[in-house]
Amino acid sequence: MTAATAADFLVLSGISKRYGGVRALENVDFSCRRGTIHAVVGENGAGKSTLIKIIAGVVAPDAGELRFDGALRHFTNPAAAAAAGIVCIFQELSLMPDLSVADNVSITSPPRRFGMIDTRAQRRRAEALLAEVGCEDVNPLLRVRDLPLSRRQMVEIAKALGQKPRLLILDEATSALTRADVEKVYALLARLKTENVAILYITHRMHEVEALADRASVFRNGRHIETFDKGARSTGEIVQLMIGRDIAAQYPPKPIRPRPAPALKIENLGWEPRLEGISLEVGASEIVGLGGLDGQGQKSLLLSLFGVLRGVTGRVTVNGRAVRPRSPGQAKTRAIGIALVPEDRKTEGLMLPMSIADNLAIASLPTLSSGPFVDRGKEQRAVDAALARLQIRIGAKSDAVSTLSGGNQQKVVIAKWLMTEPRIILLNDPTRGIDVGTKQELYRLMRELADHGAAILFYSTDYDELIGCCDRVAIMYDGRIVRELAGAELNETNIIASALNIEAGANAHGGAEATGAAHA
Amino acid sequence: MPSDLVIRLRQNFPFVTALVLFCAIFALYQVEHPRGFSSAVLVQNGDEVFALAMVAMAQTVPVLAAGLDLSVGALMTMVGCCASYLLSGAPEGTPLAVELAGLHLNLGTLPGGIIGIVLGMIICLAVGTLAGLFNGVIVVYGRIQPIIATLATGAIYIGIALFLRPQPGGKIDDDLNWALTNALSDFASTVHIFDDGAAPWFAPFAWIPTSFVLLALIALLVWVPFRRSITGRTVYAIGSAEGAAYMSGLNINRAKIAAFTLGGFFAACGGLFLAIQTSSGNADLPQAGTYTLNSIAAVVIGGTSLLGGTGGAIGSIFGALILRVISFFFRIYDIAPLLQPLFEGIILLAAVSIGALRVLRVKNTLELFR
Repeated sequence: MTAATAADFLVLSGISKRYGGVRALENVDFSCRRGTIHAVVGENGAGKSTLIKIIAGVVAPDAGELRFDGALRHFTNPAAAAAAGIVCIFQELSLMPDLSVADNVSITSPPRRFGMIDTRAQRRRAEALLAEVGCEDVNPLLRVRDLPLSRRQMVEIAKALGQKPRLLILDEATSALTRADVEKVYALLARLKTENVAILYITHRMHEVEALADRASVFRNGRHIETFDKGARSTGEIVQLMIGRDIAAQYPPKPIRPRPAPALKIENLGWEPRLEGISLEVGASEIVGLGGLDGQGQKSLLLSLFGVLRGVTGRVTVNGRAVRPRSPGQAKTRAIGIALVPEDRKTEGLMLPMSIADNLAIASLPTLSSGPFVDRGKEQRAVDAALARLQIRIGAKSDAVSTLSGGNQQKVVIAKWLMTEPRIILLNDPTRGIDVGTKQELYRLMRELADHGAAILFYSTDYDELIGCCDRVAIMYDGRIVRELAGAELNETNIIASALNIEAGANAHGGAEATGAAHA
Repeated sequence: MPSDLVIRLRQNFPFVTALVLFCAIFALYQVEHPRGFSSAVLVQNGDEVFALAMVAMAQTVPVLAAGLDLSVGALMTMVGCCASYLLSGAPEGTPLAVELAGLHLNLGTLPGGIIGIVLGMIICLAVGTLAGLFNGVIVVYGRIQPIIATLATGAIYIGIALFLRPQPGGKIDDDLNWALTNALSDFASTVHIFDDGAAPWFAPFAWIPTSFVLLALIALLVWVPFRRSITGRTVYAIGSAEGAAYMSGLNINRAKIAAFTLGGFFAACGGLFLAIQTSSGNADLPQAGTYTLNSIAAVVIGGTSLLGGTGGAIGSIFGALILRVISFFFRIYDIAPLLQPLFEGIILLAAVSIGALRVLRVKNTLELFR
């Protein structure tokens, strides 16, 4: 850990933050300098996002102090931090979808004439800023809603640039970008560096650290583990610092056996323009992972199987019978038997103000009813059984589900779907934002479900988890499955190489260089 | 890549639809009307549409910020009742006194003549604007959902209106009524400008109804600058994505209060005109409710999304015009008054359905619920 020096532009000392019972940051000391790209790495839930939210004035720390440009500061809202020159590009987009690109880019301080917004000057400004990030092709008149995700992210960067940042924070800013755009962002960051801007770069991609950062800090479990200069640590050492424990121990053992017959068979599935030619088999009692960079079509694939998407082509069979659910309501029926644990448990997984019991029973009401009425006794018994099975720690069944911790909320979502007795279980990043203990319980549960005959398709952004849990992993890139890994092939090097769609065997470092060279 | 014009047309599709629809049915109405395209018919149309157009504009601003203002009709009625006291134009002036629970409050005397009338109008508009401000403050600092907050304040405003005018009555200066509710020529001759309206250059404009001119002036001088202010932009941003607006460091509270306050001002303009037009004040409870509900319909027909973020007050003016022209047809086709709500409902449903067509194009059904 480096001691604060005169060169430090931003200095955090003793910062702690808890959310309910979950410790997000614990006594963190951290600093960064001007004219430096400073990478912050760590697993999901390591505290990176909380760190930048505190710096950007979104949340207030429970303890500790923040010094910026030599002065002690308390930012109570994002506007105050922005006024001081701290500009943040958040992972969740901060654009207004119904406003035009030009409106969005200049939203914080639009050019004015006679007190009114000067739309012409604003348009010229947007054009200039878009050109700076290499997006001349975006018409500033377009609404952000009508842009593809990758363009939106570039607009977001242009917006941040327009605020003349002195400290620029990027939170996974390249996750939604095409490779060409990533190069543009790298070039832009290099230029800002020469203009003496301090840059904090949050990422979970090792090759970005290698390619971009002058310094790097590792966070784990809400603590700042170490900060070091470029080249002081190898990729392997950084990964070890991030994980900080023995990888193999926490996952249940995988059975060794011949590959089981497919329960779910996907043939040549497509959905314009996001998915193309996807063929995949998931056997009964098998856990198959979906990997790759974020946003390569994994979520769309799960949604297409669950009947959410319209216009899906190709053929899906469950236990040899062709199925084509047109809605989640059809997908969950006994005849098809698919369950999906969705991406966002707060909006898609749970009815937050409703009780734990109501949430658990909501997906299986048809089987818990006699005639039009819910059979209360049956419902109670089923709910009790589900609670016992997943060992969900609750006060009373009648409490609102919003009172539970994140990990227990996720367990309720999973239990709710298990109550429908699905044959096929689709999991969309189910361990995101939950604590390590609950994660391990979920890993055990997944294996147990598989052992009882369920076919599990498991999307995760955490490579480690894919390696530890899955019998096989299919890596997606740009809406296609580029590779299937199993057995000894299933390791981090291969996953990263396939995720970047480069030659297997090249290590992560070489991969990043190859990416750079392609656009040099 | 599509041109700027194509992009603008596509983005304003609901507004353009409303505009085209209005032009079509208004032209049809004038053709069918025995005295169509005459100044007299236009004057009558303008007077009948003005109050609803103002209330629709009033509704638009909170709706853009993803709120709903159920008090606009009541606020309009309250201001109308105030006007029936303040705009009598009595030469000796109007004493301002209130009897409340045995207390006699004497607030002085409003001067007579033209000064008194101008002052009275300013007071009326100020009362409405303050009521709008009150709505905004309750929504923002009371942290109460707009729909329930304005349901309550609307009841308060109707209560005040009933207190002021338990029975319909009062008086409005005759010249004021004549000047504002007829053609521009009548306005000019009443206030003695442009050689009493006989100036040769004025002749091409003399037939235009004063109410239309007032409507256009309020839209251009109040709404357009607001839309192009930072506060106005913030109102749109809140309706589009309140979280993103906050994260962009915008002043959310100020914009919400401003939205309700501006709504109060617009509704006050409507109430003032309604009182001048009818030459009286009337605390008409059903009428207030009808105006509120029609304002929501006009907003939607005019192309503003009830979810906020897209649309504008100009569209709502055309929404109000469409609603009114539909009822004009009932008169020329002699449809029984009892059947009118039925037809109005069917037409409203048809008009609003145009906006729902996009649902057919959505490929990810999850997006329908976002």
